[in-house]
Amino acid sequence: MSIQFKSIVELRGMLDEKLISASELTQETLQLAKKYQELNCFVTMNDEVATKKASGIIPSDEISSWLEGMPLAQKDLFCTKGLRTTCSSKILADFIPPYTATAVEKLEDAGAITIGKTNMDEFAMGSSNETSFFGNVHNPWKKGYVPGGSSGGSAAAVAAGIVPAATGTDTGGSIRQPAAHCGITGLKPTYGRVSRWGMIAFASSLDQAGPLARTAEDCAILLNSMSGYDSKDTTSLNSDVPDFLANINQPIDGVKIGIIKEFNLGELDSEVQARFEESIKTYEKLGAQFVEVSLPNISASVPTYYSIAPAECSSNLSRFDGVRFGHRAENTDDLNDLYIKSRSEGFGDEVKRRILIGTYALSAGYYDAYYKKAQQVRRLIKNDFDHVFQSVDILMTPTSPNTAFKFGSKGTQNPVELYLEDLFTISSNLAGLPAISIPHGQVNSLPAGLQLIGNFLKEDQLLNAAHLFQKNSDFHLAQPNLEDFS
Amino acid sequence: MNWETVIGLETHVQLSTKTKLFSRASTTFGANPNTNVNLVDCGLPGVLPSINKEAFYKAIRLGMAINAQINQTSIFDRKNYFYADLPKGYQITQMDLPIVLGGSIEIFLDGTTKKINITRAHLEEDAGKSIHDEYDGFSAIDLNRAGTPLLEIVSEPELSSAKEAVAYMKAMHQLVTYLDVSDGNMAQGSLRCDANVSIKKNGDKELGTRTEIKNINSFKFIEKAINFEIKRQIKVLESGEKVTQETRLYDSVKDETRPMRSKEFANDYRYFPEPDLLPVIISDEEMSKIKDEFPELPNEKEARYQKQFKLSAYDAQIIASSKSMADFFESAANQTKNYTLLSNWLIGEVSAYLNKELIEISESKLNVDNLAMLINRIDDQTISGKIGKTIFEEMCINGTSPDEIIESKGLKQISDDGAIEQIIDTVIKDNSAQVKAYLEGKDKLFGFFVGQVMKLTQGKANPTSVNTILKEKLKK
Repeated sequence: MSIQFKSIVELRGMLDEKLISASELTQETLQLAKKYQELNCFVTMNDEVATKKASGIIPSDEISSWLEGMPLAQKDLFCTKGLRTTCSSKILADFIPPYTATAVEKLEDAGAITIGKTNMDEFAMGSSNETSFFGNVHNPWKKGYVPGGSSGGSAAAVAAGIVPAATGTDTGGSIRQPAAHCGITGLKPTYGRVSRWGMIAFASSLDQAGPLARTAEDCAILLNSMSGYDSKDTTSLNSDVPDFLANINQPIDGVKIGIIKEFNLGELDSEVQARFEESIKTYEKLGAQFVEVSLPNISASVPTYYSIAPAECSSNLSRFDGVRFGHRAENTDDLNDLYIKSRSEGFGDEVKRRILIGTYALSAGYYDAYYKKAQQVRRLIKNDFDHVFQSVDILMTPTSPNTAFKFGSKGTQNPVELYLEDLFTISSNLAGLPAISIPHGQVNSLPAGLQLIGNFLKEDQLLNAAHLFQKNSDFHLAQPNLEDFS
Repeated sequence: MNWETVIGLETHVQLSTKTKLFSRASTTFGANPNTNVNLVDCGLPGVLPSINKEAFYKAIRLGMAINAQINQTSIFDRKNYFYADLPKGYQITQMDLPIVLGGSIEIFLDGTTKKINITRAHLEEDAGKSIHDEYDGFSAIDLNRAGTPLLEIVSEPELSSAKEAVAYMKAMHQLVTYLDVSDGNMAQGSLRCDANVSIKKNGDKELGTRTEIKNINSFKFIEKAINFEIKRQIKVLESGEKVTQETRLYDSVKDETRPMRSKEFANDYRYFPEPDLLPVIISDEEMSKIKDEFPELPNEKEARYQKQFKLSAYDAQIIASSKSMADFFESAANQTKNYTLLSNWLIGEVSAYLNKELIEISESKLNVDNLAMLINRIDDQTISGKIGKTIFEEMCINGTSPDEIIESKGLKQISDDGAIEQIIDTVIKDNSAQVKAYLEGKDKLFGFFVGQVMKLTQGKANPTSVNTILKEKLKK
């Protein structure tokens, strides 16, 4: 029985019924990764350690944890002890961390087996995975098309059925947008729900780790393990973590869903609109009520984000200076020359662009006009959300205004074109709110994603709503034809 | 022309916490390079700072002692600049909402008291250390100090001479050691300052252009550096030129200040709130706990010493002025009853010795047990005060106990009247001419006889007994 395209719940069943051993499962996963290496999902494989860990899992009659023996892929932005962690950047191309990120550690402690590190936009800066030092990732649905980004490798690996689930990080849509483009489910939790310890920072106040999987159910399983307060991350939330899986089958009669007026969905591609209208109908059948809501400041999300995120990134990436770790230029004249050359050689164009934007936004004389102003607008956007969540439970938008596009077709002349890809996803990062993307059909043979945004710490509501949708549709079961990649 | 000097000091106090400000690595001084360093201190990708509340408590204690406003909610900011011993490429510090705001400190100079206002005091992390001269062709970096908590205390520009600046630093030293906020060790850099110095014409309202002398770490250098800078600025102004606003370094070997290379300070630090740390909130409970556990301050100690140990006001003040001296006194006072003798010794012999060696009492070989024992032996007349001084010298060199020294050198005082009488008889017999002269009225010769007795007993005869018996014998 093939393990490809199986969910965690399905694989758990196979393991528990001893149809397959953990060892066999890992081996088959590694073989699938190898078979589809043309997708370029992985930067580094963890064959040896994964094989060893899996062989140590002895089948028993006791009920094991959901993740015991489960193969997972980790975005190459999570530090993994002894396993190369590159952030898909030349500057970290040879970096082997001496410690493991809390999120990964928790999954591994629950029995999950890390089979490899997935490709991504360099330092998570990008929406197409095209900024990776290790090359483009193909969308499993169409060769030569982007998988979305920045967690493109994780999304493609799950969509191709290589692994049942993978970790990702989301700063402005980096879990949800690739999940949408690859036809899978991706959840960005509430800011602080998952520890950021060991996650290589892009924009500290926006970064959040979360799961990418085939189903909302599987996302709940991963989130159960990943969540929780971590004393090593003072911004992680010291709040109770509910059992997300146990709460996943509640009726949604009377749940109020808001449609955001300012997003002008009527101007979108008519096929994208059509999918969205259908999804509204699906939820109406399940008993949800729809209302139009207004978030007056939400249209300022993109410029606000592109002031704050680069500012934080310009500071966060200062530690990559060639002194203690990472790429160091040769034949340098003095300390300053060492910095200039190491960083010029080590960073790609998009990373440099954002460091420059951020440095500018924080400079004396510009700080008030850019960074400080952006933080004030951010507060207004958050207030807008607080206000609408007094009258609705969930907000619903398409995840992305478009489906996946061809390599090199967007943002090469004008980066802003690509920044606008994040229009619908960015605001929940600015407000720190949880949001999930689920597949809801196809547009021109490419997957389209539906986004649900929830109130603070209401991942359970989102997972529940997403799960009910998936129980009443089969979009999430669609499988790409991978002939072109093997 | 007459010039007025205006000085403001930025004092860096290294807080005596066990671990660093944002990591749980040790802050012990003098460890092997890069051993007090963990993932956070070396700024590895993915690491995050976490708060050491102990540093806050110490900062608050200082704030309370100077009657400052304590911001129970304070935030951290990033100060961005590249340097090889600054692992993250930014320093975490406090800009807009420092923990301590305002307050004042009293300084004492030439018998008068002056109040100096404090602008603010904020917490920040120290950088590591670059070593440029130990490895041929390489620079080395030691990150042991990186992340050590510092409290930067900024004074208003209210000091008007180098001597006042020194008095301010001495008051600061007393305060931070008393409050157990810092060990105050200037040689190890636990207490150092930057001095902002400017001069103006007498009576001018507007301040002159200032220069900042960086990183001065001894009282002596503070005085010398500021005095040099005042003279230099006067010379510049009197020759019709202008003082350049710049950062300067004091060279103690050449006794001069020199401008730092412009590259070393021409930075736009791009401050912004540290997104990896939430605002730090100190609860009312924590505030009252800090108040309840407030240590006794010098003036309170002074009063108590006069009452409890019956010390003179002068002695009490001197002993209480130094935390380490006061601690030593109180421990020794548990082991002896003669508090006056103890304080005399601490103020006299012990202080003289420490001043000569330029060390703190804790750095010397003196210990509480030995000094108390010495006081007791003098008090119970086992030895004379004079012999005590000989023993003290040896205690300081070897740390040996007084009893051992008395035993091994046979220094025990002869207090047996019979034995002393015998010796005096010998002296009288051997010096009949002097006895005659004395009896004829040459009173000054009495000292000669005492000296002879001491000579024969190697100084061990009880001086009081010698005096009494000698007077008796010479009457006859």
